[in-house]
Amino acid sequence: MTMNNNRDKAVGQEKPMDSGAARTRKNDVKTAKLGREVQARLGQQLRAVYDDVVNQGVPDRFADLLKQLDNKDNKDRP
Amino acid sequence: MPIDDAVRQQILDTIPSLRAFAISLCGNVDRADDLVQETMVRAIANIDSFQPGTNMSAWLFTILRNHFRSEYRKRRREVEDTDGHYADSLKSQPEQHGHIEFREFRQALAQLPSDQREALILVGASGFSYEEAAHICDCAVGTIKSRVNRARNRLAEILHVRDGEDFGPDEQTRAVLAGSK
Repeated sequence: MTMNNNRDKAVGQEKPMDSGAARTRKNDVKTAKLGREVQARLGQQLRAVYDDVVNQGVPDRFADLLKQLDNKDNKDRP
Repeated sequence: MPIDDAVRQQILDTIPSLRAFAISLCGNVDRADDLVQETMVRAIANIDSFQPGTNMSAWLFTILRNHFRSEYRKRRREVEDTDGHYADSLKSQPEQHGHIEFREFRQALAQLPSDQREALILVGASGFSYEEAAHICDCAVGTIKSRVNRARNRLAEILHVRDGEDFGPDEQTRAVLAGSK
């Protein structure tokens, strides 16, 4: 669908491609490139929210639990 | 035979991301930590079925997800627990980890259907490949890809970021939030 829109736009704008880099960039922003930008931005925010928890490291309760499970495991085995 | 040191270390190394995944699944930090604890108990009890050299974090994520799914179904019968309920539970403790700028994104994430949310987290945040995520969720690779795509589109919609539009509204919100700090 996006591609069709682009094509329509391209057909509508019969100006030569001499409008400079700024315009080119603006056109890119209006099409697929921003798709990637949006994805990158969403990905960044997603990782920020996730890493916020990851950066808390291993709470003591889990380190202790692992130690405890390890010992129990040893005892339970013949 | 004690737990192999390398295996124990791999488990420890996975806990931080396991917690992050658990919180994204159930939206409640206390419940998530219980889920991680139950996952560890299960993992150690079945440690013999872990094949050394294979991906420990994928193995643990699979156990956690399966356990959550069965618990979730059980709870759903007890309380009317839906994704809306999940969103509410998030709202009730939004500042659990501080960072007000995350709130908007968290709430948007909470609005996603759970299968889309977990696919997006696994691929986009936990760093699993599509194949690994498919294995964890016990579905086809194509299913994961389509869930991730739908999740991204839905997020962009909720957060008002779309192809061909500026990030204007979001920047405005950011400014308001920054001003209110």
